[in-house]
Amino acid sequence: MSSKLWAFVVPIVSVIIALLISSIVIVLIGQNPIVAYTALFRGAFGSKLAIASVVIKSTPLILTGLAVGFGFRAGLFNIGAEGQMVMGAMIGTAFAINVAWMPAVFAIPLTMVVGMIAGAGYAAIAGFLKAKTGAHEVVTTIMLNWIAEYLSSYVVTVPMGVGFGTPKSPEIANSTKLPPLITVQATELTSGIIVAIIAAIVIYIILEKTTKGYELKGTGFNPYAAEYGGIKISQNIVLAMAISGALAGLAGTLEVMGVHHRFLGTLSGGKGFDGISIALIGQNHPIGIIFAALLMGSLRTGSNEMQFAGVPKHIILIVQAIIIFLVAADRIVRTMFIRKKKVKVS
Amino acid sequence: MRVLTAIWEIFTNPAFYKLTLTAATPFIFASLGGVYSEITGVVNIALEGIMLMGAFVSIVFTAITGNPWIGVLFAIFVGLGMAWLHAWASIKWRGNQIVSGTALILLAQGVTGFLMEPIFGRPGQTDIVGKIPELRIPLLMKNRFLAQSIGELSPMIYIAFGCVALAWFIIYKTKLGLRMRAVGENPEAADTLGVNVYMIRYFGVLMSGIMASLGGAFLSVGEVGNFRELMTGGRGFIALAAMILGNWNPVGAMWASLLFGFSEAFANQLQSSPMLHVASSTKPLFNMFPFIVTLIVIAGFIGKTRPPAADGVPYEK
Amino acid sequence: MEKAVELIQIVKRFPGVLANDHVDLTVFKGEIHSIVGENGAGKTTLMNQLYGLLRPDSGEIRIFGQKVNFKGPRDAIAKGIGMVHQHFMLVNTLTVAENVVLGSETTRGIIFDLKEAQRKVEKLSKSYGLQIDPTAKIENLPVGMQQRVEIIKTLYRGAEILILDEPTAVLTPQETQELFSILRKLKESGKTIIFISHKLNEVMDISDRITVMRQGKVTGVLNKNETNVKEIARLMVGREIVFTVQKPQAKASDVVLRVENLWVKDYRKLDAVKGVSFEVKKGEIYGIAGVAGNGQSELVEALTGLRKPEKGKIFLLGEDVTGKPVKELRERGMTHIPEDRHKYGLILQYPAYYNMILGRHYVPPFARGDFLDQKKIQEFTAQVFSQFDVRPNNIKMLGMNFSGGNQQKLVVAREMSAKPKLIVVSQPTRGLDVGATEFIHKALIELRDTGVAVLLISMELDEIMSLSDRIAVMYNGQIMGEVDPQQTTIEEIGLMMAGHKFEEVRRF
Repeated sequence: MSSKLWAFVVPIVSVIIALLISSIVIVLIGQNPIVAYTALFRGAFGSKLAIASVVIKSTPLILTGLAVGFGFRAGLFNIGAEGQMVMGAMIGTAFAINVAWMPAVFAIPLTMVVGMIAGAGYAAIAGFLKAKTGAHEVVTTIMLNWIAEYLSSYVVTVPMGVGFGTPKSPEIANSTKLPPLITVQATELTSGIIVAIIAAIVIYIILEKTTKGYELKGTGFNPYAAEYGGIKISQNIVLAMAISGALAGLAGTLEVMGVHHRFLGTLSGGKGFDGISIALIGQNHPIGIIFAALLMGSLRTGSNEMQFAGVPKHIILIVQAIIIFLVAADRIVRTMFIRKKKVKVS
Repeated sequence: MRVLTAIWEIFTNPAFYKLTLTAATPFIFASLGGVYSEITGVVNIALEGIMLMGAFVSIVFTAITGNPWIGVLFAIFVGLGMAWLHAWASIKWRGNQIVSGTALILLAQGVTGFLMEPIFGRPGQTDIVGKIPELRIPLLMKNRFLAQSIGELSPMIYIAFGCVALAWFIIYKTKLGLRMRAVGENPEAADTLGVNVYMIRYFGVLMSGIMASLGGAFLSVGEVGNFRELMTGGRGFIALAAMILGNWNPVGAMWASLLFGFSEAFANQLQSSPMLHVASSTKPLFNMFPFIVTLIVIAGFIGKTRPPAADGVPYEK
Repeated sequence: MEKAVELIQIVKRFPGVLANDHVDLTVFKGEIHSIVGENGAGKTTLMNQLYGLLRPDSGEIRIFGQKVNFKGPRDAIAKGIGMVHQHFMLVNTLTVAENVVLGSETTRGIIFDLKEAQRKVEKLSKSYGLQIDPTAKIENLPVGMQQRVEIIKTLYRGAEILILDEPTAVLTPQETQELFSILRKLKESGKTIIFISHKLNEVMDISDRITVMRQGKVTGVLNKNETNVKEIARLMVGREIVFTVQKPQAKASDVVLRVENLWVKDYRKLDAVKGVSFEVKKGEIYGIAGVAGNGQSELVEALTGLRKPEKGKIFLLGEDVTGKPVKELRERGMTHIPEDRHKYGLILQYPAYYNMILGRHYVPPFARGDFLDQKKIQEFTAQVFSQFDVRPNNIKMLGMNFSGGNQQKLVVAREMSAKPKLIVVSQPTRGLDVGATEFIHKALIELRDTGVAVLLISMELDEIMSLSDRIAVMYNGQIMGEVDPQQTTIEEIGLMMAGHKFEEVRRF
């Protein structure tokens, strides 16, 4: 089989295996997997509202998936999309609260840019450390995730905090709220999804059509050869981390601008980690990532319905873990097929 | 001035040293796990996940049997299982070790979260189900300072230091250890001499599973007696940093773990210091401290220590 | 005579290659038996089967008349076979003694007995005249010493049959002579030695009998006393080969590269290049000879911008370019054929046409602004492919799918077609067959004749001797002397490679 075909087969088979193994887990806690998966499906696609919330959930996932996937293409494992998203949301909010005077035509794009810069700057710390000292980005971005987590929970209670109960920031200026595309019942399907898709297309163009993409991918494949070819490795590592972080930061900002309209502290809820599964399922290809994000978004949305059916929604994490595991060791899936083929021949 | 007095109070308080040891113990266990695995050439970032599973499983079996030691025993079994999965993916299938490790972290988060309701009836955290009693050493109880700092400690803390000695002995004094070091540095050379590279690597990774699960078990049945979702809170990664800082040497990893334990205990003591009146809303800032220390240490020391040459590289015959 | 090794009708296939095609080999006890053949003739594959690293698809192996079926090196070692590999199989961070006993350690209970290991190594080194310090760390030993460790390793395991795979590739002529006297001593004490090489003079020097291989087949078994280099060469290549490269006199003129008192540190922060000065002129090939690991790699890296020099100056076309980045050096007309084409030369996951523009990917015609011009890139690659005869003629194939020789042609084609003023060429023919080697040699001379300055670094003395217009010899980070290839001998260069200054050498 050609490598292009494998790019489809491995993730699809991994998803199927993951769902099968998870159904065994569901049986083990005494529930019926068919009932659970039916609930999952209904929760994701059973109504217009369900579909709208799949799209809403998928929007940040496309961006975190792109963030991680872009990093992978440049040879970096950005496990810190989580923290970068928080920083994007936090600083984006700080900006958006204060620009009520600005017309929406300027306020909306500017808020996005601020969020992207915040995410980019935060990720660039890890990029800089890797370029300067060789510190592995997995370890540094994890540390940065925790720092962002604690920092945001401080910021949302003290400098930004308003009201009582759950910590929250004031509402952002109306001019920075994303206009809804359509409203299903009380739920607004925001235009964030369009921004996410545009981001995917831009990333595709950067990777496939530009000299910068050539350099970034080259550095990812073989940093020695890249350096030999006059490509500045350190610069590209920092840049790749910054672009990756900008995407994650945008994810956070869009959540604020389109969904919550305020900063709620640790809003990410694992979306940065979802980005890893999404990038791997989408084989780090921007278009593949859009579909993988929709898949993950439907699993997330549907899992609420499944929870009502008595299956804790943590099962989605298990599904993801198995998918990532199988994509990491993709030879397992490949071997399954090669063995089958041999059986057919003999 | 007030801050300096508060810091002085902390340093002269014997309980601070006990807290340091307590905070360092999970790092010691887990960083030894990192050393065992990476010295044979397999990167294991799944330490965080294995710890979480260890913490959970030990509480589950303590709740079932009433004996926290049995809980620890089962934590070891599950740690071995998780480590075996990582070994299987990265040794047999030559998978990407970092991605496989990430999968196992997610798996641990998923499984522990998933089983909370069916087993304990509610998500979030469990009740206190029991912890390992502290070991009192009468000889040390005579002096007030010693009594309050190291007179009464969890036996698992002693086990942790025992494991450091054991790891040092295995790695530097036995034939197995010689083979482990050889396999991590140049697996091909070891292979041509008839050393079974895969088996040695399996051993290293499985040992890391035992160590990390002990670290996790200490967090729950060793320290607090209950389980909270995500209670490892990044400690597996701090342990990796300790391993790097300790130059992939068990004794070095122990010293680095003590440093990180010290910074965690210090941050905790400082925020609860009666001298400073830290508002509860400001406390998250103190919690950032150990992570910032780790970040600085990694940035400052990487490149000055040297990983095994074949670390993270799958071996193909 | 007793047969120590018999290989009977050995067949070994790899995907797409028949590496050993019904090979027969007989080695008598107590002889030094050479196996010669070009790179890719199947010598190493054959030996790896004898050592248990590979298993034959069919055929039979007999050791001292007994049929064996090795499942791994352990089985082969148990039958008294030892192998010294081309790339040393040593653990750099361990000591000599630890390396020797690894896999069959001396123990006291469960404790590894290091003292006993050191004693045993000392004893072995005394009885075979292999001087070595058992407590030294491998990474601190010179290559020749490391090879001794490899030999001691096999003796420690009670080897009766020693396989040496291209053992002289990393040695100076003098070190080679030392190795040969060790081998003769081993032979006297009854050991059987299989010596793999493609250096025919050495084979004629050391062997009793010679088996020649070509393209996976045995093409001849000869007695040393009844043959000559020409016959072996014909059997090896399948045709007469020209031993000297034909080239017109160089028309060297202006200085293109000037290096002044250059100091460079290696990755361990130790001085690797210690005060080197030389000049390369337009229209000449300046060769730097030397045994691997004497600072050549660091010198090349410093010249080409991959490593910052500590001290000294580098001038390109009269301008100071010391410490300038690769990009700027390339823009100023320096290109580089690297010694390790997999590590530096190619991005194996990129298609050929992307590899063909590496280093110039951002300049017209390959880029228009920030965008790649796919059409121009592919047109250019197709043209270069036919000019340099890269096969297969498929510019969309990934770098990794080309054969070693064609990968090298890809790199050579890219660096030569960039219209350089200076080209730094490091080990251009390592691992290539005779055809590809000849092609690259011819291309280098043509390039020289168009007025390019060529700096050639090679461990192959023959290559340096036949291509260069001037030769410098490097030893321990320094240049021992500069000679004219017309007026020097292999012996003279050999002495300099072993650390004697030119002035001393001429006095001998």
